[in-house]
Amino acid sequence: MALSAQLINVFAALMLLVAFAMLAQRRVRSLIDLFACQGALLAANCAIVAWNTGLSHLYISAFITLILKVLVLPYILFRLITRLNLKSDVETLIKIPTTMLIGIMLVVFAFNLAIPISQLAGTVTRGTLGIAIAVVLLSFLMMITRRKAVPQVIGFLAMENGLFFAATSATYGMPMVVELGILLDVLVGVLILGIFFFQVREAFDSLDLKHMEKLKESDG
Amino acid sequence: MSTIPFILGTPLAGAAILFFYGDRFVAARINALVSFATLVGAVMLAVRVIDGGAFVSESGNFFVDSLSVFLVVLTAFVAFTTTLFSRPYMLNEQAHGRVTARRMRLYHGMYQIFTFTMLLVLLTNNIGILWVAMEAATLTTVLLVSLYRTPASIEAAWKYFILCGVGIAQALFGTILLYLASEKVLGAGGGALLWTQLDQVKGGLEPTVLSIAFVFLIVGYGTKVGLVPLHNWLPDAHAEGPTPISAVLSGLLLNIALYAVVRCKVLVDGALGTPFAGNLMMGFGLLSVVIAAFFLSRQRDIKRMFAYSSIEHMGLATFAFGMGGPVATFAALLHMTVHSLTKSALFFTVGHAAQKTGTQVMDNIRGLVDTNPAIGWGMMLGTLAILGMPPFGVFASEFLIITTAMSEHAWAAPILLIALAVAFASMFKRVQGMVFGETTAKRLPHSPALIPVFLHLAIVLMLGIYIPPYLAEWYRQAARLIG
Amino acid sequence: MLPTVASFLSQLTQTLLVVLLAPLMAGWVNQCRAWLQNRSAPGLLQPYRVLMKLFNKDAVLAHNASPVFRCAPYIQFGCMALAASIVPIIETNLLFAPAADVIALVGIFALARVFSSLAAMDVGTSFGSLGARREMLVASLSEPALLMVFFTPLLIAKSSSLNTIVDTIAHSPFTLYPSLAFAAVAFVMVLLAENARIPVDNPATHLELTMIHEALILEYSGRHLALIEWATAIKLTTYCAIGIALFAPWGIAAGGDWQLLPGAIGALVLKLALAGAALALVETVSAKMRIFRAPEFLGMAFLLAVLGMLIYLLLGA
Repeated sequence: MALSAQLINVFAALMLLVAFAMLAQRRVRSLIDLFACQGALLAANCAIVAWNTGLSHLYISAFITLILKVLVLPYILFRLITRLNLKSDVETLIKIPTTMLIGIMLVVFAFNLAIPISQLAGTVTRGTLGIAIAVVLLSFLMMITRRKAVPQVIGFLAMENGLFFAATSATYGMPMVVELGILLDVLVGVLILGIFFFQVREAFDSLDLKHMEKLKESDG
Repeated sequence: MSTIPFILGTPLAGAAILFFYGDRFVAARINALVSFATLVGAVMLAVRVIDGGAFVSESGNFFVDSLSVFLVVLTAFVAFTTTLFSRPYMLNEQAHGRVTARRMRLYHGMYQIFTFTMLLVLLTNNIGILWVAMEAATLTTVLLVSLYRTPASIEAAWKYFILCGVGIAQALFGTILLYLASEKVLGAGGGALLWTQLDQVKGGLEPTVLSIAFVFLIVGYGTKVGLVPLHNWLPDAHAEGPTPISAVLSGLLLNIALYAVVRCKVLVDGALGTPFAGNLMMGFGLLSVVIAAFFLSRQRDIKRMFAYSSIEHMGLATFAFGMGGPVATFAALLHMTVHSLTKSALFFTVGHAAQKTGTQVMDNIRGLVDTNPAIGWGMMLGTLAILGMPPFGVFASEFLIITTAMSEHAWAAPILLIALAVAFASMFKRVQGMVFGETTAKRLPHSPALIPVFLHLAIVLMLGIYIPPYLAEWYRQAARLIG
Repeated sequence: MLPTVASFLSQLTQTLLVVLLAPLMAGWVNQCRAWLQNRSAPGLLQPYRVLMKLFNKDAVLAHNASPVFRCAPYIQFGCMALAASIVPIIETNLLFAPAADVIALVGIFALARVFSSLAAMDVGTSFGSLGARREMLVASLSEPALLMVFFTPLLIAKSSSLNTIVDTIAHSPFTLYPSLAFAAVAFVMVLLAENARIPVDNPATHLELTMIHEALILEYSGRHLALIEWATAIKLTTYCAIGIALFAPWGIAAGGDWQLLPGAIGALVLKLALAGAALALVETVSAKMRIFRAPEFLGMAFLLAVLGMLIYLLLGA
């Protein structure tokens, strides 16, 4: 295998590892660091694919991803945490080893799902589509099993990372204008969430989501 | 040709103005004026399409045909009438101290941006941009749902953001798969996501990929339509925000999301040739109607009840689109129109009723006819309309849908009828209790705007009795496009 | 394959090499640890002196010690020596190569462990049972992890024979195998658990709250203890050798190639020295975990190994 193909595989494997590491994390600061790591891997992968295939618009994508997901978003999140004075410990709904086991099953499911789709893709990176879907599912699992708001949001952003990776691996990235739109959405979303967190904290004095389960069916 | 930039640019310009001046007394009138200008543009566009047929803009990025232009006009119209309603309503809210001046600026500005995103969804030719605009529509309304800053509204906004966000992410994956399939046929680059191009080559798209893509797309956009079991955010979000927002969310955003699903269905049907997409839509639609009807009877908050009614009606429309065929599609389009008009009218009356009595709990609202006959009768008529009583338009569309179901999918018709009957019984009983009886309501500082309510109801009534030929032709053309 | 004199000799060389050098490896690790911790070590040959001392002493047995108690040290030593013989570290295609199956290897280690646990419970002291229970806890988690670790090279070489695996990996061009990288990390974690090193268990402790391995051998003395200590050292060396064979097998001699043998032995000694130093480093920078964290630690090892395998299945790399 050519060196670039090997590097793509390495980055993909590391992305999967980072997604698992996020599942197992207990501290919010490390979650943000891992998210930045994921963004860096994403940008690196994009750049390698660009080098391999000669598609220059992927260089631009990689650059924008680097700026946005490795620098801007983690910075916004860090500031948010500092201003909100969050405690470091993250509570989970189910214990971490169980979460990891469910994660493994999701990975197997994702790999199975990816096989028919990647056979139809015409890219050099189509094998990594399974990893992309696995990252999406793992981030989704992380969102479901967390009790605090910030890890849920990071899970949401990680899911978007996974989707971006899927786009890169299946189709060499979406058309530029669409990608820009998606990134704009993500940025605006995080900004709105930032505003929103303050509202949550004002109303409930904490970012624990168990306060936000009051609206149930039985109350009408 | 310049109508499209005008339609899209006016809300944006309005938003820019209102972000700065939205807290002035005159802001609400500016809001209404901007929406009226957008409406004028929409009507001009509609005339153009009716006369000249569908067209694509020069750049290829915008595409208008009978389906989208009818929704554009509907959206602009309801957005406009909602601004008329919103003026006295929000002034009353400000007087009661539930909203500060700063939040009024946010409210007015975001309202216009929200209109912009909805129109962008309808007018764009690029499926990727459609996704971006849908997500943007969600984002703009999140802060509006939590406008009152009560714990319940914040919880509702959070659920809305997270659940719709996750749903939309599924839709993004579906879009990626769609791009994957289309790239093979149309080549890489922006052209591969243009709907007009995809429509031409849909027979050649890979069936397996498209079927998987459609599953993700219907789960994703279906979350925004409020299809069961993805509907959890809807009752909360529609109930907790300010009433004008509930009206546009229920009346417009659900339609737009359904539009996105239908556009994708056209492509999938062309590629697969099997009724896979239609069956999926029928399943989701039926489930939504049944579940919503039963949950409806348990509600105590008036806006939640009407939110469940929205789920039910959207489920019905999805079911009809799923059935396919000229009659069912015609009925579905008619249903989208009349539901939009009726539901927003209902929310207008609900908003004023809630303001007058100070509560949203139905048991505590009584005797609306006594305090303000217009509101009371408006609510009564609106409820009768939404429940499908003749001669209102909803009866016509529901009748067409059920008769088509009986002839093509006989097993579904009894289920629909039972669900509609359950909904009828519970809602009617509740509303009757609210409209008649002794009252505890008080006078409001600003008198309510009732023209929108009766305007909507009048249109719905007219559509029930007589559909103008150009409108019928319009629907038929759109139905032909959907196939 | 008929046993030729050459293959018999090379097999003998390997077995003797590992068995005789194992205590030196233990001494080397201690030496490195001492350097890192800024104290003076008792010398590289100290383990040999300890073994000599123990062999010269009488073995003291409890009244109620059964034959299991007396045989266990010999069984453990035998198993370890067998494991040492079949792992190809200086030469592939040894005499015992047909027996060199990774799953059989796990089985050999399990056999030794079963007997040591039985012997610990044999005399009926509380420490023995305590140690046996904890040992089995760690084993129940580390054995699946070890199997999973072995599966990745097994899939790459498409055979479970250690021979074939080493041949394939040693002679294929250098490629980055992320799956092997994950398996390697998992293997290191399993190595730490199985050989009773920090962070799972402190080999030098005698506090009852914290010991696993020491509790098993508390009752032994004299030649029995010597055999067990020797077997432990051989186990460590063999584990390092397995790691080297699976993940860094370059420099190994092909079967029957006499000229390459000295080079292979040199490469092996170098790699073992590096492994020992790395082990000492890991032990110095980590703190011992609480016993109930051990499942999490091993769970993570299992997870990494499974991930490596899945990644190989998906990416082929």
